[in-house]
Parts: sequence; C-alpha cells; structure tokens
Amino acid sequence: MADFFSWVDKPLDGMAFLNMVIGAVIVLAFILGVVTYTIYFERKVIGWMQWRIGPNRVGPLGLLQSIADVLKLLIKEDIVPAKADRNIFLIAPILAFFPSFMVLAVIPFSATHIFTAASNVGVLYYIALSAMTIIGVVLGGWASNNKYSLIGGMRSAAQMISYEVPLAMSMLGVILLAGSLNLVKIVEAQQAFPYVWYVVPQILGFIIFIISATAELNRTPFDLPEAESELVAGYFTEYSGFRFAFYMLAEYVYVFAMSALGTTMYFGGWSGPFLPGWLWFAIKVSCFIFFFFWVRATMPRIRTDQLLTFAWKVLIPLSVVNLVATAVLKYLLK
Amino acid sequence: MVSYWNSYLFIFLFLVLGLLLPIGALMVLGPLLRPKNPTPEKLTTYESGIEPFGEAHVRYNVRYYLFALMFVAFDVEIMFLYPWAVTFDSLGLFGLVEMLIFLGLLVLGLVYAWKKKVLEWK
Repeated sequence: MADFFSWVDKPLDGMAFLNMVIGAVIVLAFILGVVTYTIYFERKVIGWMQWRIGPNRVGPLGLLQSIADVLKLLIKEDIVPAKADRNIFLIAPILAFFPSFMVLAVIPFSATHIFTAASNVGVLYYIALSAMTIIGVVLGGWASNNKYSLIGGMRSAAQMISYEVPLAMSMLGVILLAGSLNLVKIVEAQQAFPYVWYVVPQILGFIIFIISATAELNRTPFDLPEAESELVAGYFTEYSGFRFAFYMLAEYVYVFAMSALGTTMYFGGWSGPFLPGWLWFAIKVSCFIFFFFWVRATMPRIRTDQLLTFAWKVLIPLSVVNLVATAVLKYLLK
Repeated sequence: MVSYWNSYLFIFLFLVLGLLLPIGALMVLGPLLRPKNPTPEKLTTYESGIEPFGEAHVRYNVRYYLFALMFVAFDVEIMFLYPWAVTFDSLGLFGLVEMLIFLGLLVLGLVYAWKKKVLEWK
C-alpha cells in the first residue's frame, strides 16, 4: 500500500506525480482537520483548567463548535477599511499563511515517506520559510493604517526575529549530533546507537527551544503582539471574515508544525515501541500542543522590556554555551 | 538523484496548494457566500470608538531597527554555522577551533551591544 503510493525513489512519471499530488492534498486536508480540533482542544483544555466546561453546545460535546466558527467566518462580510492600503491589505493574510503550510512538506510523519520531502536542507528550509510569515504580519499591520495594528505588527516582528536566533541556535546542537539537516535522517540517527532521544543529551538546547518556540508562536506568556487588553487584537485588528481566519489558521498551523519539529528533533519523531509510527508521532505532537495550552492557562503575560532583553541576554548566550559544549564534547568523545 | 528532484517537486506542490487555498477561499468561494454592503461608517478605521485622529503611519521606536540590525548579524552567522555543524566530523580539530574563534568574535559583538545598552528596552 505504502509502496504503491510512494514517489520517493521512483522516476518521475505520471503515476509518481499523481501520488505526489494526492500526498500533498491529503496533508492539506489533514492539517485543516488538525487545526479545527486543535482550537476545540485548546478551548476545552483551558476551560477545564479554569473550572469551566468549554464549548458544549454545537454537536455532541461541542465537537462541531470550530466547524461552526469557520462557516460563520466564511459568510461574514470582508471589510477593507477606506484608509487601508488596499492591495497590501488584501494579500498580507495569504503571505502569512502559505509558508505555514509549506513547512509541513519536510516533516516526517511516519517511516513511510509518502507525505514527506526528505530534503537535505530540511531544518534550514523550515527556519527560512517560517521567517517569511513575519513579512505577512508586518505588512498586514502596516497596511491596516491603524495604530494598534502598526504597533502590534512591529512588536510581532521584533519578537519573532529576536527569538528566531536562539531557536535556530538551539537546533544546531541536534544537527551537530545527527550530522544532517535532513529531518528523516535526524530521526534515524536517534534510532541508532546509543538509542537515546536527543532531548537527553540536548536538555539545555531543548529548554531554549521550547521557550523560543512559544515566543515564535506568539503564545502566552509571549503574546504581546496580540495583547488584547492594550492592543485590541494587534496586527489583525482591522481584519474581518475569512482574511482574519487565514491569520488564525497560519497561527495554529504553526502550533502543529512547531510541535512536529520539536518531536522530530528532540523526541525521536515516529520512533517508539509497540505502536505504529504515525501513532507515536501523533501522541508526541499532542503532548507538545497540550504543553503550549497548559502554559497559556498558567503563566501571566511578560512585559515588553523583559521580552526582548530575555531573548538577547539570556537565551542567546545560553544557546552559544550549549553549542560550544556540544561541539567540544562531541570532539572529545569521538 | 531521482529522489532529489522528486522531493523538490513535492515542496513546489505545497507552495501551489498553500497559495491556492487562500486564493480560492478568498477570491472564488468567498464572494459567492459573503454579503458586500460597505457603508462609510463600516469602513472607518477602528480606534476604540473615537474618530481616528491623524495618520496611523506614525514614527515608531528606533529600537526596533537596532534589534533588526542585531538579528541580521546573528542570522547570517547561523547560516554559516549550519553547514559547519553538518560537516563537523570531517573537519576535525581545525573546524572546532575555527568555529570557536568565529563564535568568539560574535560574542564580542554581543558584549559590545550589551555594554552600549542596545539590548535595553526603554
């Protein structure tokens, strides 16, 4: 079955191309379903943590709530403010969304690579593309011609670029150990001798990674760009209807993508005993996603002046230390 | 070699789908489903209920620019570190020492920015 749909080592003919298209469309459908139920899961988890019930009206246990929300957004009027920079305002959500979907192309969901481009530059590809979303965010904030949007967009850009540095540097430790940027090879390196997931030798790197990832995703306690108590909604204040939905979609696709990246880099991806690989992958990713929601329900928002200082004065020096220690130890133990 | 091109074609398909979904939803499906009834009041810029005053494209804090410059320096450096990390085993002691010098220079830059109080947010 998997072999039939595989396109990885086959010459590029019509059949292989068709399989590729099928694979990409399945990933798209899958991620839309995942995002729908991630939002439901977030609302339920935070509801429970605050002694509420969460959504429970639409469908059994409120399971259709997110679908109802999406349909509602789809039939809402698409308002472009008269003072907005119209063309940029219209394309900014698209610019923010498409890289979030593109990064999924290199994530290995299971040992059969029907849905994965085992690119040799996988990690670099992820970092490069996820940085492109910042352009969509800044353009959206600028084009809205709204003070809240502009401040939100600028804050967002400053935060995302500042935390991208420790994020990329913390992953360098894993790349040193695995000797490859290919996410499939990184998983395979964790299955080989000494049979340990990289979270153990790279525990410092992992802590830096998870903090930077939370900040990259603009999630609490780093959700200053969308601080609703001071900036209304940040960079998408002026957006309505489905354009707003695409910003939200990009955000939640990144929650999944970042969890999948962390799973692959630090927790052995699809590897694990007894259960099939895709199920292990799903379990680990779910734990990551739960962690992000748990933090949101627990931590207060930090201040702007603490935010950037923390990235540059704490996380970046620590990630340099982690990198040097990893390199020196690897050289000595060779 | 076959696999190499196949994987990039797959990534290209993701680009196409990632653009088709928002374009299809916003420009093809959306206009059929959503109402279009703009009134002047609806098209005003939101500013907490008051009439928006002045332009929103105001001057903003120059510190954003300083952080952007710092980011460029560090991100370019990381781009150099990635290939180094991949080929670390074959470089041996030479690669290790070279990279320590490179990182040392960079940390020196960070210390300089720190002392100059570029990293404070006021």
